[in-house]
Amino acid sequence: MIVIVNDHGFSLQNDLTIAADLSSDFDPEEITSELLQRSCIRITLDSFADGRGFTLAARLRQCGYQGHLRLAGYVLADQYAMARRSGFDDVEISQEFATRQPEPQWLARADWRAHDYQSRLRRPAGPSQQNVESRN
Amino acid sequence: MYEYSSFDHEFIAERVTQFRAQVARRLDGSLTEDEFKPLRLMNGLYLQLHAYMLRVAIPYGTLNSRQMRQLAMIAERWDKGYGHFTTRQNIQFNWPKLEDVPSILQALADVEMHAIQTSGNTVRNVTADHFAGAAADELADPRPIAELIRQWSTDHPEFQFLPRKFKIAVTGSPNDRAVTRAHDIGLRMIVQDGLRGFEVIVGGGLGRTPMIGKTLSPFVPLDDLLPYLEAVVSTYNLLGRRDNKYKARIKMTTHEHGIEEIKQRVEAQFAKIKPRFAGADLQLLKDIEQHFAPPKFKPLIAQVEADSAPAQTPVFRAWLDTNITAHKAPGYAIVSVSLKKPGATPGDASAAQMRALAKIARNFGHDELRISHEQNVILPHVHRADLPQVFQALRQADLAAANIGLVSDIIACPGMDYCALATARSIPVAQQIATRFQALKLEHDIGPLKLKISGCINACGHHHVGHIGILGLEKAGVESYQITLGGDATTEAEIGTRAGPGFGADEILPAIERLLLGYLKLRLDRHESFLEAYRRLGLVPFKALLYPQTRKAA
Repeated sequence: MIVIVNDHGFSLQNDLTIAADLSSDFDPEEITSELLQRSCIRITLDSFADGRGFTLAARLRQCGYQGHLRLAGYVLADQYAMARRSGFDDVEISQEFATRQPEPQWLARADWRAHDYQSRLRRPAGPSQQNVESRN
Repeated sequence: MYEYSSFDHEFIAERVTQFRAQVARRLDGSLTEDEFKPLRLMNGLYLQLHAYMLRVAIPYGTLNSRQMRQLAMIAERWDKGYGHFTTRQNIQFNWPKLEDVPSILQALADVEMHAIQTSGNTVRNVTADHFAGAAADELADPRPIAELIRQWSTDHPEFQFLPRKFKIAVTGSPNDRAVTRAHDIGLRMIVQDGLRGFEVIVGGGLGRTPMIGKTLSPFVPLDDLLPYLEAVVSTYNLLGRRDNKYKARIKMTTHEHGIEEIKQRVEAQFAKIKPRFAGADLQLLKDIEQHFAPPKFKPLIAQVEADSAPAQTPVFRAWLDTNITAHKAPGYAIVSVSLKKPGATPGDASAAQMRALAKIARNFGHDELRISHEQNVILPHVHRADLPQVFQALRQADLAAANIGLVSDIIACPGMDYCALATARSIPVAQQIATRFQALKLEHDIGPLKLKISGCINACGHHHVGHIGILGLEKAGVESYQITLGGDATTEAEIGTRAGPGFGADEILPAIERLLLGYLKLRLDRHESFLEAYRRLGLVPFKALLYPQTRKAA
């Protein structure tokens, strides 16, 4: 069983088909236009300390990726805001992990748009970013 | 100096709330110790040899009297009555209790301070020239850009789990006082065709594999700096090694991939992200710059110039000689307050001393203080007419040691007395050397000398870039001290050369004494510093001083 975490909390519904599964060591030079056309990309972390996934997500968005982006694997509730700010739409965790870090701990970071220094340093979100934000 | 915006205030408050919850979640088992570790580290909390240690950021080394008084309060209320200033413009409290830490963070937030990203594999506290905004030799104050970098790097969503720690230093002066070549990124301000920008140096660092940074770009215009930095850190985040922590710093990434490949990747990424900043960063920089407007300097009063004041004593004269640096405003001086009184722990200040410094800064220093990477406190703006009173006040607080830049102005890491990583003691060695040369009354004769001591190969005491470096190791259960010579932390940065086999704990002081007494005989005249004599003569004669028996045997 897996649990999907988004800004509304936990969801057991998982109706998305993963079109590309990337590991965190994916070389960004291999971001092809074909990859950017996929509807849903999932990036999986083996360790919460592996920060590559966040930069990879940001790179995909910077290359114009507009589809769904999911972070999976070993992710802490404390990393939810980082995931959303880096361009992920949601996070996929195991049932076991969802038991140890229950829903309120994730919802506590659902306000990821608040208190974000980056939002002050860049132009207001462009069309692609708005797309991402309106989804949830 | 910078005052928090409502955004900063709310951010810090939120962060304290989050940390309180994280501590609670650690205690209720939601977080394992492994998971809690990076979260406490990114809030400045280390687990040390005897207890937790809280490392508080003093961004670009600048603080005001109110902040200094709050540090004194924290030291008294939650620690043992003192704090330790570090080589990266932080202050460390060595004995806080875990359950008190959220309250300490709140007390810091009350005076616009924090401990965010002073530890962990994140972009650390941004450091700058401790004479910034006051030095006669600077192009411009580097602190506005340092504050912009602080805001950009704080809680940056991509960069909270980097391969390893990441240190950035900025200087606005051609005379580098921020050790930019020993940082992951060093920024040196340059003006080119009237346009302000920075030389970007990458991959410097000390530690077990010391490297002098390489120039990644000779000139990045100010307008491009933030996207350029983001491109560098983004490139490093993907490319840096995660399989071996000793090869994870960007100096190793640069070494393994070559500066050209790094440059190519950085420039491609820069081109992609530059449009996304679209000037918002520069607008913010403009706002920040207003905070750093120089204080309203008092006019020059020729008659009361301290240098010609009648009531001069020899101790005051000696202090003027060593502890004063030229200020850009006429009639003003930069005062360096030594935290290296011979016999004391380098970098330590008691709560009473912090309060005294705060009071002096408020009465005579336009309410500003700085912490230098050399673990001293700076009063950046003192009118020369006030120097005698400042000296008297410092004397009363036992802070008037006249030894800035001399042999007893030693940088030392906390060493085995405090640090879990250390393999040897460093503070007692510093104390012995300082006390001995004070007794010999040779300090002023020996002149400018940078002596730096680290208690393990992680090199927190910067021994690689000391004119004389001492590295404490453990060999077969006993302490052994290796000496390196000829290091330099300034613009012409250089890594020192190891002189030979290590010395035991009881041999290190006599060895340093032979070395320095020998130097007095080797130098051309008293204008030739230790470093200059070493550069002229090379290692051989100095090695002979350190190892006389070997020479006889040969």
